Amino acid sequence: MDVFLDTCISTLTQGLIYALLSCGIYITYKILDFPDLTVDGSFPLGAAVTAVLLTRGVNPWLTLAVAMAVGAAAGLTTGLIHVRLKVRDLLAGIITMTALFSINLQIAGSNLNVERAMKTIFTSKLAMGLMGSSTLMLRKLVISAALVLVVKLLLDLYFRTKNGLLLRAVGDNDNVVTSLARDKGSVKILGLVIANALVALCGAVVCHEQRSFSATMGTGQMVFGLAAVIIGSTLFRRLGFVKGTTAAIVGSIVYKACIQLAITAGLPANLLKLITAALFLVILVAGSTKGRSKARA
Amino acid sequence: MLELKNITKVYDPGTVTETTLFKNFNLTVQDGQFVSVVGSNGSGKTSLLNIICGSLPVEGGSVSIGGRNITKVKEFRRHTRIGRVYQNPSMGTCPSLTILENLSLADNKGKPFGLTPAVNRKRVEKYRAQLADLKLGLEDKLHVKMGSLSGGQRQAVAMVMVTMSPLDFLILDEHTAALDPRTAEIIMQLTGRIIAEKKLTAIMVTHNLRYAIEYGERLLMMDRGGIVLDLAGEEKQKACVDDVLEVFNQISIECGN
Repeated sequence: MDVFLDTCISTLTQGLIYALLSCGIYITYKILDFPDLTVDGSFPLGAAVTAVLLTRGVNPWLTLAVAMAVGAAAGLTTGLIHVRLKVRDLLAGIITMTALFSINLQIAGSNLNVERAMKTIFTSKLAMGLMGSSTLMLRKLVISAALVLVVKLLLDLYFRTKNGLLLRAVGDNDNVVTSLARDKGSVKILGLVIANALVALCGAVVCHEQRSFSATMGTGQMVFGLAAVIIGSTLFRRLGFVKGTTAAIVGSIVYKACIQLAITAGLPANLLKLITAALFLVILVAGSTKGRSKARA
Repeated sequence: MLELKNITKVYDPGTVTETTLFKNFNLTVQDGQFVSVVGSNGSGKTSLLNIICGSLPVEGGSVSIGGRNITKVKEFRRHTRIGRVYQNPSMGTCPSLTILENLSLADNKGKPFGLTPAVNRKRVEKYRAQLADLKLGLEDKLHVKMGSLSGGQRQAVAMVMVTMSPLDFLILDEHTAALDPRTAEIIMQLTGRIIAEKKLTAIMVTHNLRYAIEYGERLLMMDRGGIVLDLAGEEKQKACVDDVLEVFNQISIECGN
């Protein structure tokens, strides 16, 4: 029973941490309608920077801010390549992602472990002061949940500002943004900056949680994020009042739970990406057929 | 005043499909003038509008508004003082945003898009009144998503959005062509009323000769990148659909259509 409960808590924690990434993808994929492959590079970028800073004993909370800043820079790069150099969206992301692979190796090597002695956000003074008596596992859950909640609320607030509304408009019909005498390119770039800052933040928190960085940890993160966003929006399709950010968070948790189920069922870890791809295909097909029949109605 | 001077527009330059649409094309539109433009397909009507708006680059010549040369000014910057309603009703509004959100965006044109709340509650009554003016029952649908409205309703909202902020120019690109006759009539009356009330300078491209005759102080007919008929003032008032249709048929016959 204890093992079961532990698995539940750790799965939920994983889902919440990765929800930061799915919120980022929600911005690029759902709002901007931009298939942003930068994610596979900006996720490990956030982790790489964090791993290096943590091993040097930098304040763990500060590493999150730094990770967001470098993630934002990655998003800016993709945005500039796409908008100013007029490279297609998918290719712009691939270019940045490929470049980031080398950059991540330069920053942190192919693997970097953070020693037990080093503080992470889950063992920081703030965390210990507030809930030092509870287990590490519970602290991870609460802190991840708090982080996601803050990000979600800030995003929801942002989407209701003038600037946020303009961002929503650009993905919906960029022609309207031009008629408002605004440069649609700059608005798209801003969206990519925010999204990749969140993705890198997710990478950073994952690095805090695992106390390690590996150069290949970004592979498939974009697909995960897409799947989470699509699961979320499919689940809540009929409930108009559920916000997109909430759907992305729930999608992430459901997805991680599915993967955990597959592992618990005895599936070899080597097959995980295959299962991910298959699951993604099923979700896509299920989601789009439902959407079509509803659109006709 | 809008001035197009010696405009040259070549499509696909340097290829076998190279076609010259405009060669030394000139057009002057006085402030406050409402110009209707008719012409067959491919005569250059939409290209003309695109050149004014800046969505189509020119190979030669200059475009100026109010004496300021804007030939090199980017499209989005030109829209500071230009409003455009498109043929496709879904071009002018954001389908997944509500009517209220769409109107709020338009209301903020020319002001900074910062981190203040997008929807100003104090303005809602004003929006409601503007929508009530349309007599389409939209005033009760402020929170309905734009995408679920009909083409005519969307076009009406697009019209309101475009004319919310001060304009030098209103550009109407066959904006009734995709609508059924009754809705087209409503939108056209609305257009005439808004242009008269706000004393706008406007250029309207249309395939409907009756609208071209009934509305506006000046009528242009275009053919193969040139102006073949330019009626203004009394001449325009005396013109009837049959006269214009005759000229129209003549050029069509010459073209072999």
